[in-house]
Amino acid sequence: MIWGVLQFPGSCDERDALHACELAGDGARLIWHESRDLDGVDGVVIPGGFSYGDYLRAGAIARFSPAMEAVAEAAAGGAPVLGICNGFQVLCEAGLLPGALLRNVELRFRCHQVDVIDERSGERLSIPAKHGEGRYYAPEEMLDEMERNGQVAYRYAEGHNSNGSVRDVAGVRNERGNVLGLMPHPEHAVDPLTGSTDGLRVFESMAGRVGA
Amino acid sequence: MVKARVLIRPKEGILDPQGKAVERALPALGFEGIEHVHVGRMVELEAEDTERLGELCEKLLANPLIEDYEIQTL
Repeated sequence: MIWGVLQFPGSCDERDALHACELAGDGARLIWHESRDLDGVDGVVIPGGFSYGDYLRAGAIARFSPAMEAVAEAAAGGAPVLGICNGFQVLCEAGLLPGALLRNVELRFRCHQVDVIDERSGERLSIPAKHGEGRYYAPEEMLDEMERNGQVAYRYAEGHNSNGSVRDVAGVRNERGNVLGLMPHPEHAVDPLTGSTDGLRVFESMAGRVGA
Repeated sequence: MVKARVLIRPKEGILDPQGKAVERALPALGFEGIEHVHVGRMVELEAEDTERLGELCEKLLANPLIEDYEIQTL
């Protein structure tokens, strides 16, 4: 499978995302935010960073880019879309995922290794997190509905929710299951050199969604 | 052109740590008796036509899931 990794002005994790896709056994290429054409890729990664300077709200302006229009169409067609950190914020702003990301509860930018639990498999993954606006929020009724639909994809393990996310939510998927967003960075946990390769599991499970 | 001001605030009931931080700092500066502090944003703009400002707020200036907005024409 071939991933397209979006690149906005202000993205900063797109190279690691490309590398992670390749280590997970897939092809990957960069797609500039002004491109309305996804160039035939099978899935899309929206990487971390500070798209358009995070002005107004994180992800608020990036969602209007030509590439995001193409991503919305691809998502509607069932293509896998993975949003990491700023990418998660962009997907929420674009309405492709439910909820929103708010300032961390302690108002600090947090950068540390966190453990998250894959809600489907029960696997515990050790992945770095680095964000200032990662407090997941959705109204109670929306959360209940999401839990019923199995849309809570990852939860922070006990003691690892440092941003104040509701119900320890670290990542969510859409109802269909082909769009996934999470705050921690699986693309930074793909090489034993940096301590954990658990991030590869996230890329592999998303690649498994092709044709789903 | 019509001058307008859009006030954007965190929705009631949503934890606003920024407002809380400001509130907690006040007694140390000698300001007593101030509570329920909330920090939002203000956007000033000039529009030929104010008819679509509501839509503009819904789509871009505010996130209706987490924020309330108020449009004031000046």
